[in-house]
Amino acid sequence: MGKTLYDKVWDAHVVKHGEDADCLIYIDRHIMHEVTSPQAFEGLQLAGRKIWRASSVLATPDHNVPTVNRAQGMTDGIAALQVSTLVDNCRSNEIPFIGLDDARQGIVHVVGPEQGATLPGMTIVCGDSHTSTHGAFGALAFGIGTSDVEHVLATQCMVMKKSRNMLVRVEGTLAAGVTAKDLVLYVIGVIGTAGGTGHTIEFAGSAIRALSMEGRMTVCNMAIEAGARAGMIAVDDTTLEYLKDRPCAPVGADWDRAVEVWKGLYSDPDAVFERVVDIDASLIEPQVSWGTSPEMVLPVGGHIPDPAAESDPVRREAMTRALAYMDLAPLTPITAIAIDKVFIGSCTNARIEDLRAAARVVEGRRVASSVTLAMVVPGSGLVKAQAEREGLDRIFVAAGFEWREPGCSMCLGMNDDRLSPGERCAATSNRNFEGRQGSGGRTHLVSPQMAAAAAVSGRFVDARSFA
Amino acid sequence: MEKFTVLNGLVAPLDRANVDTDAIIPKQFLKSIHRTGFGAFCFDAWRHLDRGDIGVDPASRRENPDFELNKPRYRGSSILLARENFGCGSSREHAPWALGQYGIRVIIAPSFADIFFNNCFKSGLLPIVLSTTMVDRLFAQVEAEQGYRLKVDLEHKVLETPSGECIAFDIDAFRRHRLLNGIDDIGHTLLDADMIQAFERRHLAAMPWLSKRLAEAGA
Ligand code: SF4
Repeated sequence: MGKTLYDKVWDAHVVKHGEDADCLIYIDRHIMHEVTSPQAFEGLQLAGRKIWRASSVLATPDHNVPTVNRAQGMTDGIAALQVSTLVDNCRSNEIPFIGLDDARQGIVHVVGPEQGATLPGMTIVCGDSHTSTHGAFGALAFGIGTSDVEHVLATQCMVMKKSRNMLVRVEGTLAAGVTAKDLVLYVIGVIGTAGGTGHTIEFAGSAIRALSMEGRMTVCNMAIEAGARAGMIAVDDTTLEYLKDRPCAPVGADWDRAVEVWKGLYSDPDAVFERVVDIDASLIEPQVSWGTSPEMVLPVGGHIPDPAAESDPVRREAMTRALAYMDLAPLTPITAIAIDKVFIGSCTNARIEDLRAAARVVEGRRVASSVTLAMVVPGSGLVKAQAEREGLDRIFVAAGFEWREPGCSMCLGMNDDRLSPGERCAATSNRNFEGRQGSGGRTHLVSPQMAAAAAVSGRFVDARSFA
Repeated sequence: MEKFTVLNGLVAPLDRANVDTDAIIPKQFLKSIHRTGFGAFCFDAWRHLDRGDIGVDPASRRENPDFELNKPRYRGSSILLARENFGCGSSREHAPWALGQYGIRVIIAPSFADIFFNNCFKSGLLPIVLSTTMVDRLFAQVEAEQGYRLKVDLEHKVLETPSGECIAFDIDAFRRHRLLNGIDDIGHTLLDADMIQAFERRHLAAMPWLSKRLAEAGA
């Protein structure tokens, strides 16, 4: 019987089969940030344990760093302590570290691929659930908790059970102006936020193969919002082109050998998936989430659903609660929803292509006067520099956007970038949970184009009308 | 991890059901970057009359004299007698850390929340499930007798009361083995260190690009 992509990467990393289907899995790459790591280092120290392979780690602060006035340092004492603790832990353990003043600093899931630290066939962990992003490279990547961060630091292994195989096959061509973000929101709308629970999702099909690496990362990033701990995409020429000459990518003869190995990273034609979902790409329109779960999503031309029309009582109750929190009335057209803030950023949509797409919509226009804050937070210092070389920053600033320093920012509101109670935001991030962007804040998930179009219109509009 | 063999300890009763992890360690303490120092904040809101936070000196706090664990007869207890569904709520590992650092090593209850139960073993705490009838009896005995102690013998899976009565308890053999030998999750994995090393040598030799190190800034 053939193997899936997931089977292949899993099998290549099994150190030992244990009791109860628990396996000892070798971890190639450990990506780290300031929030979920300090207790792991303290645990090691208390137990007198050493780090197994420091060079497997790549650390950078991102979750709580300020996106303005970096020169004045960090003013939030607790956040500053987390960052300085990360610096100290990396120094004393000789862990490769990208500091706040380093041009390469940024969101862990943007920085890893950018540095070529994310490679096909790798097992990759990070104390953050959106680690699934790295699966876009044919890697097996998933988020872990702090005690597992400590476990991987000490043993270079994870103890885990294998999950089931699920295939999401997206065939056909995306319409012009429809993005990877719309595709993944649509998929989550179809399968639900628990649709991938217990599975590793492989995304395949002609619409996936047609995506750039940035687009593929956006798709795998949100696998976790579909309930799957990991999402994966097979390696092809697009993958190889992206990786060539990245700082940590192999060179010379090693590159050629690596490519030979990587070219085997696809699911065999006779591989068996426990679950298969088929999606027709041509049906997908620009999406806007309307509720407090990423599965509560509609095409921009849609209307807010009416809970009264929902027959399932549990779903009806969830819809009613979501509408109350979002302060939306049933049957309201999506395009009638006015917004207060716009956030273009996060590990889902803060790469150069995302910023280019948003800038194209914004160019020559102004942020609507009813919008109190529109901000662009590049995913990394390198993305920011590239955008500035292309003049994107000037387009955004001329339109009335704020152009910030890289970090997670308003995706989770750990720093000062937050929604106030009742504020409504068009966001390119990945979670619209209650209070995610600030307590009482209301989040609508969209693509960068749709966020840009909402910024200049003051409400949601079909970004394709700006083309 | 500290080995657990036999413990002869003072017993404190906590006569409430559904004690959740936020009661065990309130959320304001989760901002800490440490995994020690939580003992002073264990059951913080119940033990104190004022609100605690990181940075507030524990010595300056006002104790709640009515809370069971603050009563002189229960000071220094290492065994907690509790009610059903102990440890429900979030998955925070700070809860067993706080209990352990406060001085508790054994918790006896008719039932525990799943995640909390699992997390206890990671921190060397022993949660013991006894029948509701048995737990009721123990509550009555603790109440009736000042300085009530129990001897917890993990090797023989038995509790001994001051009157010499022996109460058997059940525990998964693997978990018992690990507690007796002081082996935590990491310690357990490291028993296979040779195997991991051999795997790593082969793996990285076959694919040397996996071990390329990120260059320092400016390099
Ligand atoms: S950008 Fe948001 S989702 Fe991504 S790593 Fe940061 S906090 Fe997590």
